[in-house]
Amino acid sequence: MTVIVVLIGCSFVIAVGFLLAFLWSVKSGQYDDKYTPSVRILFDDEKKNNQK
Amino acid sequence: METHQTISQTVHTCYHCGDTVRGERVEHACVPERLCDEEFRLVYGATACRHDGKLFCCSGCKIVYEILEQNNLCTYYTLQQSPGNSPSLIETSRYDFLDDESIKQQLIQFSDGNIAGVTLSLPTIHCSSCIWLLEQLYKMDDGIMQSRVDFLKKQISIRFDRTKTSLKNITLLLTSLGYDPELRLDAIEKKIESETTRALYYKIGVAGFCFGNSMLSSFPEYLGVDANETVLREIFSYLNLLLGIPVFFYCSSDYFKSAYGGLKKKIINIDVPIALGVVMLFGRSAYEIITHTGAGFIDSLCGLLFFLLLGRMFQSKTYDRLNFERNYTSYFPLSVTTKKEGRETTVPISALKRGVRMVIRNNEIVPADAILLRGNASIDYSFVTGESRPVEKVLGEMIYAGGRQAGSIIELEVMKEVSQSYLTQLWNNFNESIKEKGQLSELSNTVAKYFTIVVLTLSAGVGLYWMQYDVTTAVNAFTGILIVACPCALAITIPFTLGTTLRIFGKNDLYLKNTGVIETLSKIDTIVFDKTGTITHAQKASVEFVGPELTADELTAVYSVAKNSIHPLSVMIAESLRREAVVVEEFSEKAGRGVRGIIGGKTVKLGSREFIGGIHQSDTLNETRVYLSINEELKGYFAIANMYREGLDELIGSLKNRYKLSVVSGDNESERPRLQKIFPSDADLRFHQMPNDKFDYVRSLQEKKHRVLMVGDGLNDAGALMQSNVGIAVTEDIAQFSPSCDAIVSGGSFSQLSVFIRFAKTSMVIVIASFVLAFLYNLVGLYFAVQGALSPIMAAILMPASSITIVFFTTVTTQLLAKRRGLLS
Repeated sequence: MTVIVVLIGCSFVIAVGFLLAFLWSVKSGQYDDKYTPSVRILFDDEKKNNQK
Repeated sequence: METHQTISQTVHTCYHCGDTVRGERVEHACVPERLCDEEFRLVYGATACRHDGKLFCCSGCKIVYEILEQNNLCTYYTLQQSPGNSPSLIETSRYDFLDDESIKQQLIQFSDGNIAGVTLSLPTIHCSSCIWLLEQLYKMDDGIMQSRVDFLKKQISIRFDRTKTSLKNITLLLTSLGYDPELRLDAIEKKIESETTRALYYKIGVAGFCFGNSMLSSFPEYLGVDANETVLREIFSYLNLLLGIPVFFYCSSDYFKSAYGGLKKKIINIDVPIALGVVMLFGRSAYEIITHTGAGFIDSLCGLLFFLLLGRMFQSKTYDRLNFERNYTSYFPLSVTTKKEGRETTVPISALKRGVRMVIRNNEIVPADAILLRGNASIDYSFVTGESRPVEKVLGEMIYAGGRQAGSIIELEVMKEVSQSYLTQLWNNFNESIKEKGQLSELSNTVAKYFTIVVLTLSAGVGLYWMQYDVTTAVNAFTGILIVACPCALAITIPFTLGTTLRIFGKNDLYLKNTGVIETLSKIDTIVFDKTGTITHAQKASVEFVGPELTADELTAVYSVAKNSIHPLSVMIAESLRREAVVVEEFSEKAGRGVRGIIGGKTVKLGSREFIGGIHQSDTLNETRVYLSINEELKGYFAIANMYREGLDELIGSLKNRYKLSVVSGDNESERPRLQKIFPSDADLRFHQMPNDKFDYVRSLQEKKHRVLMVGDGLNDAGALMQSNVGIAVTEDIAQFSPSCDAIVSGGSFSQLSVFIRFAKTSMVIVIASFVLAFLYNLVGLYFAVQGALSPIMAAILMPASSITIVFFTTVTTQLLAKRRGLLS
């Protein structure tokens, strides 16, 4: 049954990893503006088109 | 035929800003490139331009296009049609004050060697093209390293190299593109807010993580572990306890603080029973786990906090681009032009000293009490006093701060520094006398008070009862009741119901400062309206000619003369006559008096009675009059009256039976007869009300135990708006200035006010219904708890189930009812 302990341990470590990722994303300001990035990503890359 | 129509539709609008290109003969418009210059001017008007086969409403728009074209940035126009803003043409010297070190330091957020960062607020950001263009600024100015737009806040953050460019250059670049930055020193204080929202995200993240993992590690316990695997059981229990620690000490901290703060003020708020429940949950769980007597309720604890915090986030929806806390300083410009020995310099208004000579141009605001030294002053005080007509001032007269000059350049001598001016004093008076408006919900606090008392007596009673038989059961029952009664469902009812309502109002252009406003709004019994700009249109007015009917030629002549003047009254008259203009000879304008011009040999004069040649009449007139004479013969006058907002009749009709209504106006009595027709006979109509009077009036109503809703628009209503139970500011353009208030409504939604108030009431009914539902869940839990038989699994099912039901019930009912009322489509 010790395998369960190992599994729980693994899942816990992974979950902590995700929690840290979330905390980092908040800290780096990703939740400060939840709208603009959704528009920004739709802009085409300009330079290549113009140089043709 | 069809192709022709599409052409005529597209050529009518400016390629850059999308404005209709106005000319006298626009109806005959055809393809602009085919016309010769003269025809083009005739068709599209004198200001229109063309370039590259594109039509522009003014040279400003064309210049922006050219700048973008040079920089290969024309994608701007392909992302959205006509995305631009017409740039305001102002002298570059206007931003000279940005070279001032002290101002720079206040505006620049950080600087690291040569690199500096600044965040500017650009109210004209409105579409995705704006985002695109503003993030390409580095292509137009080498010094700009990066620019990021925050669309919802209408802000741009720019990092730039100080050696290559300056704040002033950046500002000028933005202005030349039609994005005038709103440079206000009070705009900087918003930073703290984002820190608190971040903290909430952290807490939700931690609580969510602990909730999920504690459920996982509680499963073996719920499903039953073999007796011979106690080691496993212990590991899971301790893991649970470990997960409970951050939730108890970090995520719940706000509730402890709030409960403690409430108790210190001898108020039992909703956070008291929550804090009590949290302490019991954690304490009993820790005890059970450490003594190996049970599994504890850690998963319930984590779930509880997770839902509570989610509710808090849902409730904390804020409208970033709106500012509800503005005072007069945000209305004032940052700087003013001063003149010393014939040389003009721009200084920050805080540096204005007594005796300084300042220069105020058309449409600029007088920032300090001053005496008129030169020029014809025609001061529009509508924002400060509510008086809609510009006031003419003669040399040597005192002009109070806050007025806006309409007309030519004037020069003034500062008499009092900005901080000493009448307006500032007025403002400070208001601020002193106004207590903090309570944000905490009265309803939930009343409920919480009785709830806590009942729960505490019940748990103590039941505990004592069990004491006679069995101490363990007694403790179990006592803590169990407190745990199960923890008003999670109660506490999330208000955030979710009112949060949903807040969003629904937002969709209908009523923006609330916070959810507390909904509750207060549902309880008001008196509504006080301001007149100018609130129940009347701020910009539109009705123009009527009184006198013998004018011939078509005469009307054309009047239009042609009026069109040449920028005085607001001339603009209104021209607007109402709109036709083909003819050539005006010897046009002259006497600021604040009138205009004259010769058309076909006839002298046309428009203006005040004296200007026309009549005798001055005392100002008891019913409306603003602009007299007209042709060849020195008085023809009559244009009566310019305020225009009431559409739907005002219906609005008052639907309100008058349920509320006491009043109007307080800074204007004269001229509108009384018209208002009497619209308002019920018992309505209180007050005129000549100074800002102080409005404030006192609201307060006197409150002293008579009325709950007052004040609807206003300008600084003159600011005191009343703050003093009232709910202050709603009406504004034509929500990005524009509005005085500090509890809610901002756009002019277009003003007529829906009664629907809003009614829906606020509906929301409160939903809150009560949801309270009942939450109590039912509590009863079920209590049934088990009083027997001392509340098992962890029961708590783990009951508590999240009740929370989810409440969230579902409140949001769905609110939205359904909003749909029925037509507030949601």
